[in-house]
Amino acid sequence: MSESNTEAAIVLDKVNKWYGAMHVLRDVSMTVKQKEKVVVCGPSGSGKSTMIRCINRLEVHQEGRIVVDGTELTDDLRALDTIRREVGMVFQSFNLFPHLTILENCTLAPIWVRKMPKDEAESLAMDFLRRVKIPEQAKKYPGQLSGGQQQRVAIARALCMKPKIMLFDEPTSALDPEMIKEVLDTMIGLAEDGMTMVCVTHEMGFARQVADRVVFMDQGEIVESGKPSEMFENPQTDRLKLFLSQILRGH
Amino acid sequence: MSTTIVASSSVPTREQPSALAIGPLAWMRVNLFNSWISSAVTLLLLYFGVKWIISFVDWAFLHAVWSVPETAPGKLDPTACRDAKGFGACWAVIGDKYRFILFGRYPFDEQWRAAICIVLFIGLYVVSAMRRFWRAELVLIWIGVLTAIGVLMWGGVFGLLYVPQDEWGGLPITLIIATFGLALSFPLAIFVALGRRSTELPAVKLLCVVYVELIRGVPLIAWLFMASAMFPLFMPVGFNPDKLLRVQVAVVLFAGAYLAEIVRAGLQTLPKGQYEAADALGLSYWHKTLFIILPQALRLVIPPLVNTFIGFFKDTSLVLIVGIFDLLTAGKVALAEPIWQGYSTEVYVVLAAIYFVFCWSMARYSRGLETEFNKSRRR
Ligand SMILES: Nc1ncnc2c1ncn2[C@@H]1O[C@H](COP(=O)(O)OP(=O)(O)OP(=O)(O)O)[C@@H](O)[C@H]1O
Ligand SMILES: [Mg+2]
Repeated sequence: MSESNTEAAIVLDKVNKWYGAMHVLRDVSMTVKQKEKVVVCGPSGSGKSTMIRCINRLEVHQEGRIVVDGTELTDDLRALDTIRREVGMVFQSFNLFPHLTILENCTLAPIWVRKMPKDEAESLAMDFLRRVKIPEQAKKYPGQLSGGQQQRVAIARALCMKPKIMLFDEPTSALDPEMIKEVLDTMIGLAEDGMTMVCVTHEMGFARQVADRVVFMDQGEIVESGKPSEMFENPQTDRLKLFLSQILRGH
Repeated sequence: MSTTIVASSSVPTREQPSALAIGPLAWMRVNLFNSWISSAVTLLLLYFGVKWIISFVDWAFLHAVWSVPETAPGKLDPTACRDAKGFGACWAVIGDKYRFILFGRYPFDEQWRAAICIVLFIGLYVVSAMRRFWRAELVLIWIGVLTAIGVLMWGGVFGLLYVPQDEWGGLPITLIIATFGLALSFPLAIFVALGRRSTELPAVKLLCVVYVELIRGVPLIAWLFMASAMFPLFMPVGFNPDKLLRVQVAVVLFAGAYLAEIVRAGLQTLPKGQYEAADALGLSYWHKTLFIILPQALRLVIPPLVNTFIGFFKDTSLVLIVGIFDLLTAGKVALAEPIWQGYSTEVYVVLAAIYFVFCWSMARYSRGLETEFNKSRRR
């Protein structure tokens, strides 16, 4: 591995992916440095989810190289285990385990993947639940919580694995407006603590506040990337201009 | 455009209208007597229902013959029963034959052993049903109890008389076939269902598909015949596992195929997000399956699972046709005795009651389980 790889948290190098005949990722190249916060945006169907899911191999890419935390993603299962331990993911639809309590949701992976003793895992989980401000819900089941609370639990659950990198795939777009803020605040707190983050979102306020870089995708390729202020005030391509105008109209 | 104010002050709360009130009388008014035609149907059904119950009570209790006198040692005089024929039940047949029905041809003086086995089986079910005991130790309890049952039934050790398997019969046989059948086919079904969904092991998947389709495509009776008659033909001379074992294997394989499809349905109903969340956390395949997938998938399919369990409990009576002496066979054979010919109703009512108690307990239990599990899923 070269020097740059140990420094970069995530490297995507000319990644290509097809669903059948549909070319959904086209020569996607991107580097995320340690502690960098990247916001990915783009129209629906542009391949944002696909790209972010390739990073922890929920989807398999067919061409190109993906290196996460110095480990290249291949068919090697050991490498995959390493990467999944270091990369946390938060989904649009929360995906909490409905048959387990909030606490069990959070301790399951540390106990079985990290081989952490149960009481240590529980105190760790309580720490993170306190951080996302819902320690009092620990004994409840996911179905008894509001959407915003569930998403915060999902964040806590991912954090309990002490990941180096966090991936967010539209974490707020299944939420009612009044719950979006509580989840974004949690994410802002996480960013301030120096977590490496890749976040698919259309929350431009969030992007401005925390993103070091915004990546704009359209039709499977990265069209533009840069500092949020420059991107939003001074879009270079027509595609981004169109996209921004649509988003702003929507708001 | 201006806003229209619909209500200037909030609507005051008030009592629920009485027509919707809950209570037996209100319920009856709404459901049974809501029009003249439904009132008529209700009354008519009530009339027939009551009439049937009265005549059943008449037959089963009021005019029943409970015992018949013994003319000589071992010789019963069924005249009383013959006189009551047509309007009164002859429970004397049960009184005379109940031990044969329950234990078949198991040696009379050793039948206490078979009776203990029945108690052990029921105890095993009760303990397994309690969530408090759902721990790894339960497997040990099962192994221990089943071994004890084996020792009691066969004997030959601890000074117990050896009883060969072809002398076993009655309820213990039914419980043995049902318990081993379901206890072994259920894990088998889970593996087959998982195998059938496997994307990485195409050979395993093919094997599972072939197994399920092959077994399902042939009736259970045919499998039982094959197990009892044809199987020995294919085996090397001298290797001839006993008939009960062969039939047991057939039942396990058959139930396994059906249960596997039910489990697979549960696996399929589970949202993809659950698999992905478990993967994203780095859980291994077996941890994911054991902690995330199966608990949810199996809860989703409790009703069809129990349905199949109950079906198979009753289907064990099909072993009658290959000459295994289960509860139903024992009942039939008991009726072959000359003095008791013609009293099949009484015997079958008792057999039905025994089957019913087991099946109904299963149904009741599964309903309780569902309610309990649903508590945690409540939104
Ligand atoms: N499992 C799949 N099979 C086939 N096509 C797929 C699959 N998943 C996604 N696609 C297609 O790939 C393209 C990219 O999808 P992707 O989900 O990455 O878009 P997205 O940018 O995340 O969109 P959105 O903002 O709506 O979430 C879409 O055209 C989609 O229809
Ligand atoms: Mg998406």
